[in-house]
Amino acid sequence: MVKVYLDHSATTPMHEEVLKAMNPYFVDRFGNPSSIYLLGQEARQAVEHARSQVADLINCSAGEIIFTAGGTEADNHALIGYALANKDKGRHIIVSSIEHHAVLETAEFLAKQGFDLTLLPVDNQGTVHPDYLKEAMRPDTILVSIMHGNNEVGTIQPIQELAEIAHQGGAVFHTDAVQTVGKIPVDVKDLNVDMLSLSGHKIYGPKGIGSLYVRKGTRVASFMHGGGQERRRRAGTENVPGIVGLGCAAEIARQEMAQEAKRLQHLAEKLIKGILQSIPDTYLTGHPHNRIPGHVSVCFKYVEGESILLMLDHMGVMASSGSACTSGSLEPSHVLLAMGYPHEIAHGSLRLTLGKSNTEEQVDYVLEVLPPIIERLRAMSPLMK
Amino acid sequence: MYSAKVMDHFMNPRNVGEIEHADGIGEVGNPVCGDIMHIEIKVQDNVIDDIKFKTFGCAAAIATSSMVTEMVKGKTLEEAEKVTNRLVAEALDGLPPQKMHCSNLAADALHQAIQDYLSKSRSAE
Ligand SMILES: Cc1ncc(COP(=O)(O)O)c(C=O)c1O
Ligand code: FES
Repeated sequence: MVKVYLDHSATTPMHEEVLKAMNPYFVDRFGNPSSIYLLGQEARQAVEHARSQVADLINCSAGEIIFTAGGTEADNHALIGYALANKDKGRHIIVSSIEHHAVLETAEFLAKQGFDLTLLPVDNQGTVHPDYLKEAMRPDTILVSIMHGNNEVGTIQPIQELAEIAHQGGAVFHTDAVQTVGKIPVDVKDLNVDMLSLSGHKIYGPKGIGSLYVRKGTRVASFMHGGGQERRRRAGTENVPGIVGLGCAAEIARQEMAQEAKRLQHLAEKLIKGILQSIPDTYLTGHPHNRIPGHVSVCFKYVEGESILLMLDHMGVMASSGSACTSGSLEPSHVLLAMGYPHEIAHGSLRLTLGKSNTEEQVDYVLEVLPPIIERLRAMSPLMK
Repeated sequence: MYSAKVMDHFMNPRNVGEIEHADGIGEVGNPVCGDIMHIEIKVQDNVIDDIKFKTFGCAAAIATSSMVTEMVKGKTLEEAEKVTNRLVAEALDGLPPQKMHCSNLAADALHQAIQDYLSKSRSAE
């Protein structure tokens, strides 16, 4: 049967080269990087090499990278670590209302601990306007966290301008760049951010590994307490194979990004155009141009996302949705609601995220199977008159 | 996550559509996730002669709608009124716990359609 994986924003298959790079560190070179004999020092070298590979991808120095157990931990580390270390300066934190739950729930946790939280609105294309941030800034604002690219609707934020406003108000700026690193150029100096989260499994690297960039001189409390690893900021014996894999994935992304982004952009444009042309009452969600390459998100009126996903799966196409019925919490996507979509439209959301394995033929195949699925479901819908 | 029976009723739903000059209509919305189910019945000599549904919702909602129509077609109104969401879920070999609420929709819409028929026929007398 045809298999078309269109959920690269959820996770990606590991690159063969990454697996090859990781392999020796499970059995042969299993040493603990903290050990002084050669076996340990080989592992230490591998970790430090990976650190510079990650640093090179985002243009920082190796000493500014902390390895974490993924994007979620990097976000938690950034927000909790910064808030705790700087609470004497102020207690106000600002995050956007369309953040990934890793930021949103962490910010809400901090609010329960006595910090003041402001959620920034977005416009109907999912953009956080610099003006919104200007209005929300207060003298006691210590931290602003706004994601670089949104996982659900693909919109890319004007990070430079936003960071500038945070800095002018005396706050530091964190960005969750889990969805943009490796897909578009992410340069921490250019973006002028103080902290940035990234994750391995979104860039053809391993799951359960990521990094937090912390600009030199930024005070962040340790996230894990114990040994002296990661310069005491994140205790625990390093996940050496994972770190090596992340480094290798970062290196490959750096080399292939420009060309791959162009290819994905072309495929996504074709997919978007095809869907909008062949299926009436359909909206493209997110920014029409300022979006992550390969990211397609739409809402079909009158139908529900889980049903679309299951019928697509039946045809071999794997995708995702922000519909209430698919969410576990039975709440529709907070991102679509923040953008002003009513419940019943958010219900019909479909996200198709392209990646390395996808071809033009696969895009044509999706354009062939999707319209009849929507038509079938609409024929069953009491909302369709 | 779904049983083979749920998937069968989802992929090949029975009794989808509307009935011309239906005798009873039931429509309920799901306060949990915002879904809607619409059932129409044709009654002949106290028996559900025909039944059709339309549902805006997840696979569990569609499958329970389909199953409930199959369970009551050809049954008397009294028999149909005894159908509960539990029975519908059981007939589908169970539903995942977070999807149990979807089966409420089907039973409620059916009971509403029966009530609608009864009140109409009473006022006609
Ligand atoms: C924007 C964003 N932030 C954070 C995460 C969490 O990353 P991880 O799965 O590595 O914990 C994800 C992925 O699910 C994401 O899309
Ligand atoms: S109808 Fe929404 S979860 Fe089933």
